[in-house]
Amino acid sequence: MAKVVTEHDYARGVAVLREQIDARVAAYLSSCVGCGLCAEACLFYTETGDARYTPIYKVEPMRRLWQREQTLAGRIGKALGFGRDLTADDFAAWQEMTYNSCTLCGRCSMVCPVGNDIAYMIRKQREAFAAAGYTPDGLQTAATRALEIGSPMGVTWKALAAQIGHAEKATGLKIPVDVQGADYLALFSSMEIMNFPEYIAALARIFAAAGVSWTVSSQAFEATNSGIQIGSSEIARELVGRVVDAAEGLGVKYVISPECGHAYTAIRWDGPNLIGRPYAFEVVHILELLDQLRRDGRLQTEGFDERKLTFHDPCQIVRRGGVEQPPRDLLAMVAPNFEEMPDHGKMNWCCGGGGGLSANEEAYDLRTTVFKVKKRQLEAVGVETMITACANCRIVMEEALEHYAMPVVIEGVTELIAAHLKPQPPAPTGD
Amino acid sequence: MFLEFVEGPLWYASVAIFAVGVVIRLYEILARGVKPDLAPPRAGGTAGALRTLVSRSWTAKGFSSGALFHLVAGYMFHLGLFVLLLFAAPHVVFIEARILGFGWTPAPHWVFIVAADLAFAGLILLWLRRVMHPVLRRISTFDDHAAAWLTFSVMFTGCMALLLSHDSLRALHMLSVCLLLIYFPFSRLMHAFTFVLSRGYTGAAMGRKGVQA
Repeated sequence: MAKVVTEHDYARGVAVLREQIDARVAAYLSSCVGCGLCAEACLFYTETGDARYTPIYKVEPMRRLWQREQTLAGRIGKALGFGRDLTADDFAAWQEMTYNSCTLCGRCSMVCPVGNDIAYMIRKQREAFAAAGYTPDGLQTAATRALEIGSPMGVTWKALAAQIGHAEKATGLKIPVDVQGADYLALFSSMEIMNFPEYIAALARIFAAAGVSWTVSSQAFEATNSGIQIGSSEIARELVGRVVDAAEGLGVKYVISPECGHAYTAIRWDGPNLIGRPYAFEVVHILELLDQLRRDGRLQTEGFDERKLTFHDPCQIVRRGGVEQPPRDLLAMVAPNFEEMPDHGKMNWCCGGGGGLSANEEAYDLRTTVFKVKKRQLEAVGVETMITACANCRIVMEEALEHYAMPVVIEGVTELIAAHLKPQPPAPTGD
Repeated sequence: MFLEFVEGPLWYASVAIFAVGVVIRLYEILARGVKPDLAPPRAGGTAGALRTLVSRSWTAKGFSSGALFHLVAGYMFHLGLFVLLLFAAPHVVFIEARILGFGWTPAPHWVFIVAADLAFAGLILLWLRRVMHPVLRRISTFDDHAAAWLTFSVMFTGCMALLLSHDSLRALHMLSVCLLLIYFPFSRLMHAFTFVLSRGYTGAAMGRKGVQA
């Protein structure tokens, strides 16, 4: 089993950092002209004014290593005794910039004039810090729980089974478990299971109405990938591998990524590259599936939610995931008073809690501070209801709204749609 | 004699170092390779790469006013320099005589003056921001300042050579050009070539996800 490194070993970190510099990283570092525009896009800089949180500065260890070892000028300088190698102090100093002040939201990557994907570089730098043991305690604990128990929050199958039982009671529907040959395997994030279990009931009702053949797996139900957050491909591979084994064992055609941002990144975009082969199934985000059902006429709603509401775009689903229009088309079914917030869509501002920050106690004050940008967005659009599609965004923002005493309620897309399902006889199963 | 040296052996040596250095730098990047993406794409990577190659030439919609400064000053400098380099009469003569063997109609003198003024203003504004803005002060390296000052000295000596037309001033301009060419492949000035790679890689990766980046 993969392990979480807890003992500091900066030399190992340097060795791993060296391996992370592929052609993309080398091109990015060569092209950076130090314009600082990335800072203007990063909520950690805009809401604090702290220049250390400039995105490209967060990868200064990587830049220094590349410059010293992989450029002619650096190699000549090193031979002549100029400059210095990375030290343990550098790793200790940069842990904050690598983890506490970056959610991997990728907003910086959208504005760099030379096209640098800085979030990609920070993700790569996390590989080195994770290998060297320079990671926040909270992420170490979450990743250890995920490896040993199967969930970063310690949620067991028994706990999920209990929530499934509640959902069955509430809906009068049977939720299928370990069904061989079902079309769809539904995953959940621990955050959903424990904090927003209404998602489970919503899925059951929608799938029954739309005639979707689905199942849950008792062997692998966790969508959250702590390996991605801590930055360890070894851990991420093991966690994704469990889902792949369960899905391919059940012979499902599709795996549904739930309302969780980094879960989608992990299973949809990183997973095949982690395990080194394509899956024997396809991955769909729940928003994509619901939107497909809508277009096929299998998702019928009635009535409207007359509240004025807006949508928070989860970074990993929209900007980094490519699922921007489906939530809007779904909300258009039931929300006539929907209004976009400023900077909506792929340029929306991060909730401040992704990339492992919600599990990182050291970052609590900082993420509460940077929520001010979301606060201004909400004040500008003037709503008391915000819809989103990520349970982690939801819990982080609920905490922040409480801190700022803002009377805004947050709901999920799936539960909103389920609340307006048109009663109909169950359609025949099969896609 | 100094003029003969800078327009002769030093010019040839600096062009050779520039050309070989740029090729080596590009090779150093490309040789590192990128692992193929095994995730099923939502859309084409090539289209994404080409789109981002073009779209990053202006700021993202609704982006901050800080970006506006860079956009304006940056283009003043780059476009001004482009016009100077390729359409100033003395440069057209030099290109025809020493590089390509053919030339083109140079820009009128007033265009040259306007371009030079814009290039100077842009470069000075960008450098002032670099030494005054806390973010740029933190992330700037020796390389950033050296490149800015070398470029400035090329432009400044060029103005002097033009205005006074003495051999020694022309030699000084040529010397600063040679120094810039030698410095180029060792510096961040390489962005002039590598921006195609950086925009392309990101555009392709995001394009496969269906994101117009």
